[in-house]
Amino acid sequence: MKLNDAVLGAVFLALSIAVLVTIQSFPKIPGQSIGPGAFPGLIAILLAGCSIALIWRGWRERASQPLVAIGAWLGSPRHIQNFLIAVGGLVFYVLASDQIGFLICGVIILLALFLTLRVRPLLAMPLAIVLPVVIHLIFYKLLRVPLPWGVLPVLW
Amino acid sequence: MVAAYAQAFALVFDPYVLTVIFASALFGLFVGCIPGLTATMATALLVPITFFMPPVPAIAAIVTATAMAIFSGDIPGALLRIPGTPASAAYTDEAYAMTKKGQAEVALGAGLVFSAIGGLFGTAVMITSAPALAEIALKFSDYEYFWMVVLGLAGAVFIGNASILKASMSLLLGLLVACIGLDNPAGYPRFDMGVTELKGGVSLIPMMVGMFAVSEILRFVVHMEPPLKLATEKIGNVFKGMWGLLLKYPWPLVRGSALGTVIGIQPGSGADMAAWMSYAMAKKFSKEPEKFGTGHVEGIVEAGAANNSALAGAWIPALVFGIPGDSITAIAIGVLYLKGLNPGPTLFINNPQNIYAIFLVFILANLIMLPLGWLTIKAAKNVLRLPRNILMPTILLFCIVGSFAINNTVFGVLLTLVFGVLAFVLEENGFPVAPAILGVVLGQMMEENFIKSMIKSDGDVTAFVTRPIAGFLAVSTFIILFWPVGAWLWRRYFSRRNMPVTE
Repeated sequence: MKLNDAVLGAVFLALSIAVLVTIQSFPKIPGQSIGPGAFPGLIAILLAGCSIALIWRGWRERASQPLVAIGAWLGSPRHIQNFLIAVGGLVFYVLASDQIGFLICGVIILLALFLTLRVRPLLAMPLAIVLPVVIHLIFYKLLRVPLPWGVLPVLW
Repeated sequence: MVAAYAQAFALVFDPYVLTVIFASALFGLFVGCIPGLTATMATALLVPITFFMPPVPAIAAIVTATAMAIFSGDIPGALLRIPGTPASAAYTDEAYAMTKKGQAEVALGAGLVFSAIGGLFGTAVMITSAPALAEIALKFSDYEYFWMVVLGLAGAVFIGNASILKASMSLLLGLLVACIGLDNPAGYPRFDMGVTELKGGVSLIPMMVGMFAVSEILRFVVHMEPPLKLATEKIGNVFKGMWGLLLKYPWPLVRGSALGTVIGIQPGSGADMAAWMSYAMAKKFSKEPEKFGTGHVEGIVEAGAANNSALAGAWIPALVFGIPGDSITAIAIGVLYLKGLNPGPTLFINNPQNIYAIFLVFILANLIMLPLGWLTIKAAKNVLRLPRNILMPTILLFCIVGSFAINNTVFGVLLTLVFGVLAFVLEENGFPVAPAILGVVLGQMMEENFIKSMIKSDGDVTAFVTRPIAGFLAVSTFIILFWPVGAWLWRRYFSRRNMPVTE
């Protein structure tokens, strides 16, 4: 997805303004001109300057560059689906892993990704089960990372 | 010093450390060989594992894996015309042309042997110069450190980026991310949005896993590419004729190694830039420049040495000043901090054995590259047949576990997700990611030295330039900053003057 520079510049400008607004509420250190807001404030002012330059550049080129150019992959439903499943898999893990556990989450994420990336189902099924188990064993047993069990009983 | 070296030997030649080196060598060779998996990604994926190791094996794993990955990126370049890592891109067409001519073993052999020599060259420079530089760095005060950081960041933005404006914005974004949390001179919690996990700042490792591994996976799943096709299955003895090449091209080898080391030291530009510049230099100085691009080995000798020497060069500022030379050392610096080995000149005084151990690992890594690289080339056609649509989802699951493992909270996975998507969107729109990562790593150091200097001088900015070294560094920074403007004015002036002639 290619956005016009003006759009991107506006996003960055909004960010720098948000930073500048936030630092207004930071406490001042008595007797000193420099408080916790000084450094981020300086950075935000520089970023705002760059953003305005980028907006200006994007605006000048708006004739040749549309505000949102649909990249090659955004024209292909299959690739959009791939992207959404990859990102969705991570979102799903963040939301659900504590309740249903690493193993089940891992199997679901892998299976979904394998299928959307067109791995043969006969191969995808066993791999999607074996790989999370292997990764779990390595991290849980060897490195002692407390990956959540969730709904499953503690198996090893 | 001898005692420290003896200690370093004991640290490195320990069965556990040697096993780690061997395993990470195989890992690096594998990752480098697969197109779409870069040396930086290898580092990002290793970091969650090194988190559980003592300092020396942790650093050894990163050093070895990256050196191997940079070499093995040459393999798919020669066989598939797809560089395995960006550092091989400069001479991929050349290597592929050699394969087409039936000289795959020469292209790969040159890549292997001269990578190792370049790596050893860079290591030698590091061993001799880093301790001496550390002596100088000891005399640095806050002002000099401030300028060192600014100089490093300026280099990252102004050298080798297509759009300086976008590189600057990427850097500033990184600096803002570094501001999050309590770790600032005032100890005031900034921009934490009320999230407890952000009070200590954005956790570096999940962020890097996101920026360098998840973003790469996202790029893979939306990429429309034809399946890989091997150009040849027949690869002869890769070491045959290498001695002849060494005698034929001593100067390109030395030039490539030296230029590579310098590019590596220069913050912000790493192995890929070194390879591009060396390849161009090889062509310029060659007696037979017309052969370049047709399957001529000379450029591979020079650029292959350059990208590996750059890797070692990048560690010099990282160890001496704590200023990373490229994105790999940016990650490594994060690891050093986690291990309590804060990089800087005092590390050379208090823990010289650790520094010497890193030197030894570099030598060892470049030596075992020869046999292991040979094996990888032998196995290449099988490695390259591994289906990436199985590999990439597995790596994604690995990223999840890795980012979880640092603080054992799911918040790490969330950070990985956010920074993965952010890096993906930024790169899609022409923003380089390396300046951002340097900004995040250096932001805290920059702020601390800036604030301390300002407080010491009571708000007087001239104090930043009146000390001799600080003044020199300031001038260097401004030269880098105004170089593009100066070059532009120069071109304008000359094109105006020459206009009547050209018309």
